[in-house]
Amino acid sequence: MQELDKLVAEAMALFDGIDNADALEQAKARYVGKSGALTELLKGLGKLPVSERPAAGARINVAKQQLEEALHARREFIAARALEVKLAGESIDVSLPGRGRGMGGLHPVSRTMERIEQLFRSIGFEVADGPEIETDFYNFTALNQPENHPARSMHDTFYLADGKHLLRTHTSPIQIRYMERKQPPIRIIAPGRVYRVDSDATHSPMFHQVEGLWIDDSVSFANLKGVLVDFFQRFFENPDLQLRFRPSFFPFTEPSAEIDMSFGDGWLEVGGCGMVHPNVLRNVGIDSEGYQGFAFGLGPDRLTMLRYGVNDLRLFYENDLRFLKQFA
Amino acid sequence: MKISEHWLRELVDPQLTTAELSDLLTFGGVEVEAVDPAAPPFDRVVVAEVLSVEKHPQADRLNVCQVNAGTAPLNIVCGAPNVRVGMRVPAALVGACLPGMEIKLAKVRGIESQGMLCSARELGLSESAEGLLELPATATLGMSVRDLLDLDDQVLTTKPTPNRGDCLSVLGMAREVAALSGATLKWTTPAAVQPQIEDRIGISVEAPADCPRYGVRILRGVNAKAATPEWMRRRLARSGIRPISAVVDVTNYVLLEMGQPLHAFDAAQVADGICVRRARDREELKLLNGTVLPLNPGYLVIADASRPLALAGIMGGEDSGVTTETRGVILESAFFMPEVIAGKTRELGFGSDSAYRFERGVDFAGTRDAMERATQLILQICGGQAGPVVEVTGKLPARQPVKLRLPRARRILGFSVEAAAAMAILERLGCRPVLVGDTVEVAPPSYRFFIAIVEYLIEELARVTGYDRIPAEAPLARADMLPATEAQRDAVAARHTLATLDFQEIITYSFVDRSWEEDFCANADPVALANPIASQMSVMRSSLIGGLMHAVAFNASRKQPRVRLFEIGRCFINAPDYPQPWRVGAVAYGDAHSQQWGMAARAVDFFDLKADLEALLVPAIATFVPAVHPALHPGKSARIILEGRDIGWIGELHPRWQRKYDLPTVPVVFEVELGAVEKRLLPASEEVPKFPAMRRDLAAEFEENVRFGDISAELRRAGPAILRDVTVFDLYRGEGVQKGKKSLAFSVLLQDTQKTLTDVEAEKAMSELRQILQEKFNAKLR
Repeated sequence: MQELDKLVAEAMALFDGIDNADALEQAKARYVGKSGALTELLKGLGKLPVSERPAAGARINVAKQQLEEALHARREFIAARALEVKLAGESIDVSLPGRGRGMGGLHPVSRTMERIEQLFRSIGFEVADGPEIETDFYNFTALNQPENHPARSMHDTFYLADGKHLLRTHTSPIQIRYMERKQPPIRIIAPGRVYRVDSDATHSPMFHQVEGLWIDDSVSFANLKGVLVDFFQRFFENPDLQLRFRPSFFPFTEPSAEIDMSFGDGWLEVGGCGMVHPNVLRNVGIDSEGYQGFAFGLGPDRLTMLRYGVNDLRLFYENDLRFLKQFA
Repeated sequence: MKISEHWLRELVDPQLTTAELSDLLTFGGVEVEAVDPAAPPFDRVVVAEVLSVEKHPQADRLNVCQVNAGTAPLNIVCGAPNVRVGMRVPAALVGACLPGMEIKLAKVRGIESQGMLCSARELGLSESAEGLLELPATATLGMSVRDLLDLDDQVLTTKPTPNRGDCLSVLGMAREVAALSGATLKWTTPAAVQPQIEDRIGISVEAPADCPRYGVRILRGVNAKAATPEWMRRRLARSGIRPISAVVDVTNYVLLEMGQPLHAFDAAQVADGICVRRARDREELKLLNGTVLPLNPGYLVIADASRPLALAGIMGGEDSGVTTETRGVILESAFFMPEVIAGKTRELGFGSDSAYRFERGVDFAGTRDAMERATQLILQICGGQAGPVVEVTGKLPARQPVKLRLPRARRILGFSVEAAAAMAILERLGCRPVLVGDTVEVAPPSYRFFIAIVEYLIEELARVTGYDRIPAEAPLARADMLPATEAQRDAVAARHTLATLDFQEIITYSFVDRSWEEDFCANADPVALANPIASQMSVMRSSLIGGLMHAVAFNASRKQPRVRLFEIGRCFINAPDYPQPWRVGAVAYGDAHSQQWGMAARAVDFFDLKADLEALLVPAIATFVPAVHPALHPGKSARIILEGRDIGWIGELHPRWQRKYDLPTVPVVFEVELGAVEKRLLPASEEVPKFPAMRRDLAAEFEENVRFGDISAELRRAGPAILRDVTVFDLYRGEGVQKGKKSLAFSVLLQDTQKTLTDVEAEKAMSELRQILQEKFNAKLR
């Protein structure tokens, strides 16, 4: 039966050298086909003595089994190779850019206002809004600045041609409008556009403010400091950021303070704040003995400049896409 | 206000450096904006007397001078035309460093010069060079010029807030420094000048409510030509006040020193006494600044029997002012109510140091002291004799006692100021506090306005204690949740959706050029500003379209081929109470998609932008009705209707404006009410149909003017109940379709919610639909 082993070895060697499926099937026919060498051997079993037939038959079948397995493996191999070649031909340039629509972006000042809203909402502040064309009453009088109050000259006001209305010079009138409708506890922030007759590299005739107001039975100046320090550290994501409160004067708060923020080696003014003046509370019908609280005004444009390193305020209102695209 | 530090330190001298003093004030509530040296640094410049002047042998314009600088005589070559024997001048010695120059031993045209005689410019004291700076003849030879002229002084620029009129003088600042630092105030009230003559000026105050105190005194025999002393000129100059003449300089000096505005009239120009009254219509007054002011009863004037002489508390009249010829001076020291002066400078368009102080409140108890001080100085400088003070006092502002409960202060500040500390602070502030239990009774001083309520006193305690000593504490509050209205999304959500839809947000000015309103809104009567900053910002926008188009043009001119922008903001309507609706507007210009591989480039059009708007409104579905808008192409524009309400416009820019604004391709724009975008229906779930749907196609030819929206609406209205959806998947014109017509191909979705549809039922439904197309729209089926 050495002949059989030789035959198997020869066939396996042949199969391993074949690279295409058709040639493999032809080679298969030479061994296990109708007139294949193994088939012939099986046919020859009849010539053997009866006693030898079972053992010889078994050996031939084992050999056949071996060849079938080798064939199967080779088929798989050839198919895998073929797929590989096919896929290799289908490969794409994955570095080509994606197709279709692009993405726009928010204005940097909107990003800032959104962050401010987010942070204050997280401690229960609601967002309030109010008109930009205001009356003298809401912009000044109700905020404890009667006509000809010298503090009015702190704001250079745009007036309408009708002589009675003006463009709000700050977001503080929103305080008044809100408090007219609601009794304490009150916790609001009010972002929006404000207007002053002023224009240079650090002043725009239109800019943004965020007003904050918290009125309750015992909200104190210490709390005002606490909330603002928390806000600035969160906004700039810098737990080492320092705030400095400088005594100042606003007709609608008492005591009042300017807020300075540590920046580099120095300090920058970033807003004003104070305890709401009892006259303001009285003007809107809130009991100024039972309730007290604080108000503050921040400049989102300034905060945006500091946060993103913008050095000219005017860029915010020029709307040059090359500038705006940086904030996508 | 600018004041000399040395002057301030004469009145109060805490053991603090200049920087510490400046911080003390700033953190005490009187901001020091700047500290500037009175003179640039230089050294080794001394007082020298010119002993001899000889022509330089080699140069016509130069002199060789011998000078005595307190040591051995020096030879100095000098080119100044005003050099003369006997004058005292600054001499920079060899080795001296002047601004931008070092003095060395040098030969000038062959003659050795042992230093340099200096002009004011060379010392950095003045911009102009008018020859050598002449020093007083009494100046000590060899003395440092820095010491002589007090040049090591600093100028503090302070910015007192409007409630601190009391800090607008050296005395006021000194009081403040004393209160904040605890240092002693060194100030003696000026002594009364004994009258040497009996002349009295008659006063009648016809407006006592406006002028509760008015005092005058006459000074005779005054030499108005006398020179103002060097020290006074210097202090005035350091405060930014130009020395004019001795009498005027004295009034200005006392204004700076004590904060009391004074006025000096030429007695020869005042006829028959002085009257304080409201001006009359048709009177006019020529002011010291040359303005001829038409008067009205809104102004308070100082008048004589025949005419107004001065605008009370604001500015004197030119005719009655003192000149160098004046011999008799009427000196006025008065208290005008802040309300009379306030707002006037804005009306006039110019201010004055006097008005600035009166409108913030001047110490009404100090008018007499200032009068005495000015009298002393005028007599001292100009000579003459003073008459008695004639004064009329009416009802001065009351200084009501205020009761400050310390627990209230603690509640407001969140910080406890002990009774003893509070008493000490209020004492230092001149408030004469009395402690009764836990309450301090306070009598505010006459020079403090704006201190009438408890909260001001609490601020006084806080600022003198130091805001930095108040802790920063998070407040405690009830943990109530905020409402979260699901049927309402906010502008933030709209912003993010538009950014996702490839639009860049912009913020444009709310005030625009009038022509934008005319062009884009046909609005001839927009809300106008009375005092615009520029003509292109003179009216309030009634639409966002102008700003969007302007930004497109701006970026297009900067070679941006594709611009997609949006803005969310208020617009302003010229109607009663000025409605100010929030709107959202967007514009697309250039290619529909950014230039890219694998996609053919095409220009953006109406339907691209419509898809963006529809995405923004999801889940609401708007309808679009053709309509004409001044900004838009009349055939390519529509009103947007949502739930039966007009919410805005969409369309291509009118070609007229495309040309005017110089845009190479046409932008498409929409503008809708933000409120409509913010509203959102709450989803209400329905059962998903169990039975399969069938899809059928349908194509037909229509007249050009037949609109898809009408077809779709009619099919839904009149078609079979099993019609679930109809969409258009092709619009075709050209070969095979009659000229002037269009072919539309629809995809129809049929579904019965109760059972599976049969082909027969589906075919029946389709034939109903075909019939509608034929009958209602004159369609030719294909």
